[in-house]
This record gives sequence, C-alpha cells and structure tokens, in this order.
Amino acid sequence: MKLQKLTGAWIPVVSIIFGLLAGAIIMLLFGYNPLAGYIALWNGAFETPYFTGETIRLITPYILSGLAVAFAFRTGLLNIGVEGQVLVGWLASVWVGTEFSLPMAIHLPLAVIVAILAGGIWGFIPGYLKAKYQVHEVIITIMMNYIALYSVNAIIRNVLTDRDDRTENVAETASLKVSWLSDLMPNSNVHAGIILALVAALFYWYFIEKTKYGFELKAVGYNPHASQYAGMSVKRNIMLSMAISGGFAGLAGAMEGIGNFGYMTLNNGFTNIGFDGIAIALLGGNTAVGVVLAAGLFGVLKNGALNMPLSAGVPHELVDIITALIIFFVAASYMIILLRHKLIKLYTDFKNKSKKGGANK
Amino acid sequence: MKKLNLLLTMLLTLTVILSACGTNGDSSEGQKDCEPDSSAIKAGIVTDEGGVDDKSFNQSAWEGLKAYGEEYCLDKDEMYGYAQSNQDSEYESNLTRLTQQDYELIFGIGFKLKDAVQTVASQNPDTKYALVDDVAEGDNVASVTFKEHQGSFLVGVAAALKSETGKVGFVGGIDSPLINKFEAGYVAGVKSVDPSIEVDVRYAESFSDAGKGRQIAKSMYDSNVDVIYHAAGGAGNGVFTEAKDIKAGDSEANVWVIGVDRDQYEEGSVDDSNVTLTSMVKRVDVAVQDVIKRTIEGNFPGGEVLEYGLADGGISVADTNEEAYTDEIASKVKEWKEKIQNGDVEVPQTREELEGFVSNLE
Repeated sequence: MKLQKLTGAWIPVVSIIFGLLAGAIIMLLFGYNPLAGYIALWNGAFETPYFTGETIRLITPYILSGLAVAFAFRTGLLNIGVEGQVLVGWLASVWVGTEFSLPMAIHLPLAVIVAILAGGIWGFIPGYLKAKYQVHEVIITIMMNYIALYSVNAIIRNVLTDRDDRTENVAETASLKVSWLSDLMPNSNVHAGIILALVAALFYWYFIEKTKYGFELKAVGYNPHASQYAGMSVKRNIMLSMAISGGFAGLAGAMEGIGNFGYMTLNNGFTNIGFDGIAIALLGGNTAVGVVLAAGLFGVLKNGALNMPLSAGVPHELVDIITALIIFFVAASYMIILLRHKLIKLYTDFKNKSKKGGANK
Repeated sequence: MKKLNLLLTMLLTLTVILSACGTNGDSSEGQKDCEPDSSAIKAGIVTDEGGVDDKSFNQSAWEGLKAYGEEYCLDKDEMYGYAQSNQDSEYESNLTRLTQQDYELIFGIGFKLKDAVQTVASQNPDTKYALVDDVAEGDNVASVTFKEHQGSFLVGVAAALKSETGKVGFVGGIDSPLINKFEAGYVAGVKSVDPSIEVDVRYAESFSDAGKGRQIAKSMYDSNVDVIYHAAGGAGNGVFTEAKDIKAGDSEANVWVIGVDRDQYEEGSVDDSNVTLTSMVKRVDVAVQDVIKRTIEGNFPGGEVLEYGLADGGISVADTNEEAYTDEIASKVKEWKEKIQNGDVEVPQTREELEGFVSNLE
C-alpha cells in the first residue's frame, strides 16, 4: 500500500509536466502545434462561464466515485463495482424524482438518500459475500456491474416507462439545479451537487481520520490479522466499508440523475464514471483532498479535450492519447520517485568517484 | 535534483523549439487554388457516439458537410467542422461549444440529440439548428426526417427474392420508434413477395456494440437465416464481421448482409466476393447539403419538418454488388418502387400498421 503514503506536493506537479511534455511530443510527431493544442484544452475547460460550469458539472460525480473507490481501498478492498453502484444510484434517484410528488424539503433529500441507500446495498452484497464466504470482491463487483447495467436498462424499459428509451424528467422539487448557480454560469448544467460532493469529501476525511470506525477500517486495511487479534471484527468492517463505499457511488449516480440530466436513458455501455473513479482514487493517494484535486484534473482534461479538435484541429483520437498520457504519468508518479532516487544516487556516486579518482592521481 | 532540473529545462526548450516548427508546418498546408464563396455560412455537425468514421449515419452527414465545404471552397474548422460526442452528457456541451464559436447552422445527428438540441436552441435563439432523424420543437430548429420505411420495404423485397432458406433476419439498434420504422417497412417488403418467409427480428439495444451485433448475426445464421438487414449503426458492423467470417471459411456459403444509411459495399468485401447484397441508402449527406443551401438562400426551414424520400433521392437502394444484386431483383425492386411512388402501396411505419398490412396480404 505504498500509494497511500505518497507525500510531497511536487511529485504530482512534476508528473503533470511530464505528461504534458509527452502529449506535446505526440502532437509534434503528427504535425500539430502543442501550444495551440494546450491553449485549446485550457479554453475548452474555462474560457467562458458556461465551460467552467460544465467542467464543475463533470468534476462532481468524479469526486464521489473517487471517494467511493478510495474508501474501500483504505480497508484493503478493491471496489471495481463503483460503476454498477453509480448506475443503481442514478436509477434510484430518478425513480424517486419521477414517481413521487412531495414538497422540495422532503423530495430532494429523499431522492439523495434513496440513491445513497441503493448504492450502499449494491456495495454491501459483495462485502457480505467477501466477509462470509471469502469470495474475492473484485470478481463479484465486476459481475455486479453487468447485473446493474442490464437490470437498470430493463427497469427503465419495462417498469419506469412503457418500452421507451428514457424516463420522464424528474420533478422540479427533486432537482439539484439551483438558480443562483445557473445564473452564475448561464446555460450550463452546473448544479448544487458540487456542494454535496465537497461535503462528502469532508465527511470522508472526518470519518477516516477522526472516528473510531475510521480507525478500525484503516487498521483492517493495514493488517486484518492484527486487527482481529486486537479485538476488531474484520468481517463487520469489510461489510461496513463496502456499504459506505457503495453509498458514495450511489450519490455519484444521483448527481447524474437529479443533477445533470434530470432523467435516465438506456445505457449502451458503462458510464465510465466508476472506472475513472479508480484512477482518481489512486491519483489522489486515497485521501480526501487528493481525490478532489484528482477529480478536478480529470474533469478539466475531459471537458477541455472536447475543444481540441475544434480549436486546434487535433483529431479526437490523438486527444484521447494525450489525455491518457497525462493521466498515465500522474498515475506513474511512483516511477518518478524512483527516477529521482536513481538520479540522486548517480549524482552522489559520480561525485564520490571523481573524488576518489582525484586521490589516486 | 539539479540534474532533474537540467533535464526538465532541456525538454522544455526542445518543446518550444519544436512547437515553433509545428506552426510553420501548419501554415504551408491548406493552400487552395480557389476563392472561398462569400455567401457561405459557418456550419457544423455534432455527432452521437458513433463518430464521423462510423461507416454509417454520422459519416454520411460529415461527407455531406465536407462536400459543402469543397463546393464553396471553405477551410475545415474555419467555416465547417464537427464535434464528436462520446457520451450522452456531451451533446449539450458540444452544441453549445459550436454555438459559442459562431457557427451559424448546427446539425444534431441522431434522435438521441433531440433533448439537447431543443435545450440549446431555446438558449440561443439567434443560432439555427437542425435535428436529423427526429422532430424537435422551436422556431430556430429544422427537423430532418427520412421515409426509411420505403427504402426498407424495397430492400425487404430484395431480401425475399435472394433468400433460399425462406428465413431472413433484421438486426435493429435500439428498440425505438425510429428503428421500428425500418423494421416495419422491411418485414412488409419481405411479406409482399412471399408471405410464408419468416423474419427473425432482434435488437442489439446499442448502436455501437459491434460484439453484440456479431453475436446476434451468428445465432441468426446458425438458425438458417441467409439474409440479414441491419439498422444498427456501429453495432451492425458486427453483422458484417460475422458474415465475412462465414464467407471466408466457406466461399460457397450463402450469407448476405443488407447495409444501411450508406452504401456499405466496401464493408462486405471478403477475398474475391462480397457479402453486401445491397444497402438501404439514406442520404443524410443530401439532406445536410439541402438544408445548408436553403439557409444560404435565406429560406432556413425553421420550425418545419422536412421529409426526404424516394422521390427526391433522399432514400435509395444501392446496386453496387452486381453479381449478387441480379437484374431480376433490380427490376422487381423497381416495380415496387413505382407502386410506392404511385401510392398503390402504403408502406407501414409502425408495428401496428404492419399487422394490418400483413393481414391484408393473406
């Protein structure tokens, strides 16, 4: 679990510079101007309030899916099932949003809570199987993703609608869109979910760092045998960890359901919010602040990248390679630490040798 | 640490120098021997997740836009361009992006963009939008639709004439009113030739999952279906893959695919033969160019629904594969085409209409 212990703010910064350089080289090789490309990337994410709003909208579910993966990581569990938990949470929030008519003060919190519960239950199942029967959580969560994808599609088709390919719009009383944010960034789909996401990050930090439960979860993650010996229930902690992780993911789904779209369509394939969450958690070193920053990076890259083909003429296939390279270098920051050690060692060896050489003469 | 700094500085310098070269290289390109037409408008398309190289619908739209660019001698990205969407959430972003880059006419390609086009159009009343394949509301939105049922009817006739096993197949993308139109027309065409021919209708529930398309095609061919008509965009590429695989293993195999949207003759080429019987060509490119021309002339059809069909060349049946698409089939198809155009045959557009149509045949 070395990734958890990454320290020093300079490592991610150097990694991003390396990633940008690698992307620049790719663009040069194909005859495009990297400066124009990166300016287009930046403008695509921040040029007007609209784009800033869209970037924030994109970051919101990323923060939550990143937290979901990170939470399970802390207990030594690899929750690949965030994707499915997002879908389940999305469906649950839309279900509450469309099927009930309640005053906003009840409707909106209810939609959010049901989404968290739905995601939590979807996460609890693999947690239970892992704790009770030692089935590996990676296998179950991957399979649970497919179950979620196709079940959700079937429910949209047959339960929420009459063989339609999208649900009704959620009632306004269940929508996270708030006028002051929309006025600030006109026409964009930015919604109050970003506040929920930041509160969730705060909760994550508090729970992990400041509570007894958080301590136990971490302890189980570091060494389950020692924790058991110390009188902690490893099984209970595994189930709790997966359920809370799923809860974060369910909330991420609600961001799409009652925040961004306000409805749900049939999904051809996975949304990738959950899978990107794995990278975000690793990038962020499984800490709350790290996850928020990493989600920010993902959001900026994804939204800005849409502008590169239009403004700088870089084909979108290349854009995908470039953004992947940037993420790759950031994720491979461990490599950079190694490189640094090697360089320092080489340097000191060289110094020592030249000193010795001098003495021999 | 010092070494690292040095390394970084060197790399940065290299980038700056090379990027200067990059700029030089760009300016030498794009030299043209014609003058841009000053009446031209800045037009763009926003694709759905298929992208402009989907060998189908989006590609056809992009070809139409490129043809417009060439005709008026315009620079790509200056006066015309496209934005590709990889996810549903990107439709609105992309439409707004083009709007903010001063595009005057923006096409949303595919019915999945309906909500996004309506939202963005109402936010930007001064920009013109066109939605292809569905009807959107708004005074600054033109809706472009096609009489796919007519074209599908004709390829259904061809499929029925070609089939030896008496079983043909239909692979749809997402089960939706639009694709049901293809299905209804096709089944009606098949049954009109011979009501005893069975039609196996299945949906991939995706326009991009080629694996799913292939799976369905495999199970259809295994169950003695010999002609499959696909209306599934990228998922339909899987149907071609499977058919070509069978054909490559056994050159005598009697398997055929009917393409959609574009003439998919090239997709079906395997060794010396070709599995593409014909294609239901939906000239999205013609429609795109037509809407642009009307707009240049000052007649942007805002709030209207344009319907392209057999008569105006918006829908046609490809006859590229001369070996498979025999004269006999061609003449029969022509016969039915005339009947449709005369109004002798009313091609069904929904499953309900199809039921009535089929029961009238028997």
